[in-house]
Amino acid sequence: MTSQYGPMGAGLAAIGAGIGIGQIGGKAVEAIARQPEAISKIQTNMIIAAALVEGVALFAVVVALL
Amino acid sequence: MNSNAILKSKLFTKFLICAFFLALGAFPGKVFSQEAKGEKFDAGKTAMEHIADKHEWHLFGEKVIVPLPVILYTDKGFEFFSSGKLLPQGTVYQGKYYNYVLVNNKLEAVDPSGKLDVAADKKVWDFSITQNVAGMWLSGLVLLFVFLSVSSAYRKREGKAPKGLQSFVEPVILFIRDDVARPNIGIKADRFMPLLLTIFFFILINNFFGMIPFFPGGYNLTGNIAVTFTLAFIIFLVINLNANKHYWKHIFSPDPWWLFPIMIPVEIVGIFSKPIALMIRLFANMLAGHIVIISLISLIFIFNTLWIAPVSIGFALFIDVIEVLVVFLQAYVFTILSALFIGMAVQEHHDGHQEVI
Repeated sequence: MTSQYGPMGAGLAAIGAGIGIGQIGGKAVEAIARQPEAISKIQTNMIIAAALVEGVALFAVVVALL
Repeated sequence: MNSNAILKSKLFTKFLICAFFLALGAFPGKVFSQEAKGEKFDAGKTAMEHIADKHEWHLFGEKVIVPLPVILYTDKGFEFFSSGKLLPQGTVYQGKYYNYVLVNNKLEAVDPSGKLDVAADKKVWDFSITQNVAGMWLSGLVLLFVFLSVSSAYRKREGKAPKGLQSFVEPVILFIRDDVARPNIGIKADRFMPLLLTIFFFILINNFFGMIPFFPGGYNLTGNIAVTFTLAFIIFLVINLNANKHYWKHIFSPDPWWLFPIMIPVEIVGIFSKPIALMIRLFANMLAGHIVIISLISLIFIFNTLWIAPVSIGFALFIDVIEVLVVFLQAYVFTILSALFIGMAVQEHHDGHQEVI
């Protein structure tokens, strides 16, 4: 079922998600360095945002590979 | 130091734990040993076989297999038999009404010579207790045991400090209440606590059992899209049945009237895309974890040498440890996003529109 270009699409989706989650993680670490007392709130929001980005990427991977 | 003291020493306990986990890491290799001997090794096929649902429960690799009951609904009536009669795969079993065979872990109705009987195959519905169903019941029993004993402990020791299993479960429940439900749902949070706790612990324990390669585990429940679909469908029902008028107004009457033709379709897609995103996220995360670990172990058989084993076992162990993090994270993410979506639907006044897919 997997077409020839399916894995390529999955790879492209992984690139997008990598950039997105990298940005989220980097900014979260910056924010924590600036305001260490807000660590728990920043972490929760970071995980939510990362999960949403990851969800979109996984959509793309599943669609590409099926 | 006599033997008793050695047994009691903390170092020995640590050593035992380490040895147990080392044995865990080495275990998946045993599963492959049979398959590698015969035809050429196909990593993709092996990976798909391991993550798929089966009609028998592999307790310890390929050696100890427990056949599970097969329940079929046909146009002529129900049919019950043990899946042991269909093993090894490809054996034709003559049932009451049709002949059956297992092809790639899927049950098919065939004619006596073993050729697929398309007309009969369409009339046979498979309601078998598969590996996933049996595993789900087992995890349900474990959850029942844990939570019944904890709840009885709360009743007996009212007002006292928690003890034993209680002190293990209590912080998790408080975490779900104070950091997940209340900030996201608001004053109605306590109504949804039973749902959120059930979802969280169900996903957590099944993710964990999925990571164990043998008996209590060995199945891949949360990496099965039917299961995650059901979980997401429950969340979908809860969101839409509890939604208040602000939620529906937000969907069916956007602010400037001329946005109607664009916004209403977008918002209707939004209703469905939220639970679908939940479904795909959990499913793809757990499936990907299993596939990565199996692929790393498969490297040994692809290169067909023992010398690659330390590398591949090392990487597999590394990914395994990451997966333990993912197990917690995905249960947490599913719960917090459910709470977020429910909160968006039930909160009385929302000033800042926070849109989440």
